[in-house]
Amino acid sequence: MDSSIFLLLAQDALTNGAIYILLAMATILIFGVTRITFLPQGEFVSYGALTLATLQMGKVPGTVWLVLVLGVVAAIMEAFRLQRAGLSREIPVAVVKTLIPPLVVSGIGYVCAPLNLNLGLQVLLTIMIVTMLGPLVYRVAFRPIADASILNLLIAAVAVHFALVGLGLLFFGAEGVRTPAFSEAQINLGVLTITGQSIWIYVTSIAFIGLLAYFFGRTMYGKALRAVAFNRNGARLVGISPSLAGTLAFALAALIGCLSGILIGPITTIYYDSGFLIGLKGFVSAIVGGMASYPLAAGGALLVGFSESFSSFWLSAYKDVVVFTMIIPVLLWLSLRSVHFEEEE
Amino acid sequence: MSERLLAVRDLNVRYGKVEAIYQASISVDKGTIVSVIGPNGAGKTTLLNAIMGVLPSKGGIEFCGTDIGRLTTEQRVTKGMCLVPESRELFAQMSVSDNLELGAFTRYRRRDKGIKRSLDEVYELFPRLLERRTQLAGSLSGGERQMLALGRALMSKPTLLMLDEPSLGLAPLIVKEILQNISNLRSTGVSILLIEQNARAALQISDYGYVLENGDIAMEGASKDLANDPKVIESYLGMGGAGQEKERQ
Repeated sequence: MDSSIFLLLAQDALTNGAIYILLAMATILIFGVTRITFLPQGEFVSYGALTLATLQMGKVPGTVWLVLVLGVVAAIMEAFRLQRAGLSREIPVAVVKTLIPPLVVSGIGYVCAPLNLNLGLQVLLTIMIVTMLGPLVYRVAFRPIADASILNLLIAAVAVHFALVGLGLLFFGAEGVRTPAFSEAQINLGVLTITGQSIWIYVTSIAFIGLLAYFFGRTMYGKALRAVAFNRNGARLVGISPSLAGTLAFALAALIGCLSGILIGPITTIYYDSGFLIGLKGFVSAIVGGMASYPLAAGGALLVGFSESFSSFWLSAYKDVVVFTMIIPVLLWLSLRSVHFEEEE
Repeated sequence: MSERLLAVRDLNVRYGKVEAIYQASISVDKGTIVSVIGPNGAGKTTLLNAIMGVLPSKGGIEFCGTDIGRLTTEQRVTKGMCLVPESRELFAQMSVSDNLELGAFTRYRRRDKGIKRSLDEVYELFPRLLERRTQLAGSLSGGERQMLALGRALMSKPTLLMLDEPSLGLAPLIVKEILQNISNLRSTGVSILLIEQNARAALQISDYGYVLENGDIAMEGASKDLANDPKVIESYLGMGGAGQEKERQ
């Protein structure tokens, strides 16, 4: 290995690491707020890239219909829940409230998809559609079992993963896609060529991490999410409802996933099932952070990025094995320090 | 007579097959302090948790004249109820000022403009919290934590404040200070439902009292009368005093 190869691999590692940081943050956020080990995080990534690619072809992406159907299902579930709680009078308002956001989003998606908008508007449209999926998935799959054990929530998450991958195949077909780069610019630094797209990834990731830091540190809703993660009972006593926090956390996680998908769409081919591996690597990074620490997880994400790119050079057949094996020493270390999450009641 | 704020009628709470609270009825009038005293395990904490909706219960709970029995804890907070539990339930990894701000979460959602003013009022009431506002809540001493828990509760501008053992685990001097604080709160118009092991202190600062025994309201009356009632004195106030006399004989 000479220095030029080293630089190339390092550049690759940083590009991927930046994405893993984002995904690790989403994973930690969801786990902290809802105790769900959200394996399907990666599906938001592939849905993001594939939705954008479908929009580029001037077609209506299947995710638009998914938003609509999940919205209707969520409204029906809401009606049943209120009926059973003996609050029938509140049903009409609740149903309308549940239906309006998905109806608006899928309506805009349906109308705008064939218009051949410019790339920026298509990206916005994609973000809108996929972000809407987050709260809907939470409402339909997780809210009814919000008080279940961590293990049961994980099993539900696995089920959601399979459902979303299957739907991905149905919506987008088995073909892989690449979306156009945001920028064709290239900067030559000696042996190293930095593409415009990787600069986009760095800048967007750093900006978004900054935005998240601001959100969690300075805004009331961000602090409320942290409060729920730290102390669920205390949060309820100050009036932060777990379902509001869960909805918010899932919206953020879907936004992060979708953004990641849009960012990597131009540099890797994304298939309907590509999200899983990408999401798992974000998950490994989150585990390095003990599922609780954002800075440690960011370090973990860079570690995952570097071990992935360097092992793909030295033992390319085993690159994923190397990355996932990293969990073992981390878990061993965490269990020895006996920092563990206790099941509540 | 003043207006009724909270009316609990025939409340039942069960843990599985065990009746923790049986047919308990209590009420709190506007602007008063009501205390519930009783021995360990009588169901005092259970009673508060049921009123706050943390525990499911059967029976009627009316707040400001409307039935709130079906509301969630969060909705009850929005209505103006606030519970400071025995365990305080602070956000230990967050700063003192963040804890206080979060106390006003429901008001923030309602776009209440007065949150900043309430924060200043809480700092005025507890100057020590102002000194420590950037510290993590987990690094505070026991008394400061209780002040923070009280302050956080006040940030929601409650009409009914429910306090579970506010003096528990605190040094005697600090207990005095905290109870003085609670007694002063009356002038701000908030009504208080107080649960205390320290029956003497509770009856001193409250207007009306209930004695809870085995999940049942055994006695009730004006605090002054209760404090002079021989049965109450023997069971809850006489501790130490009565025992010593017996030893001397």
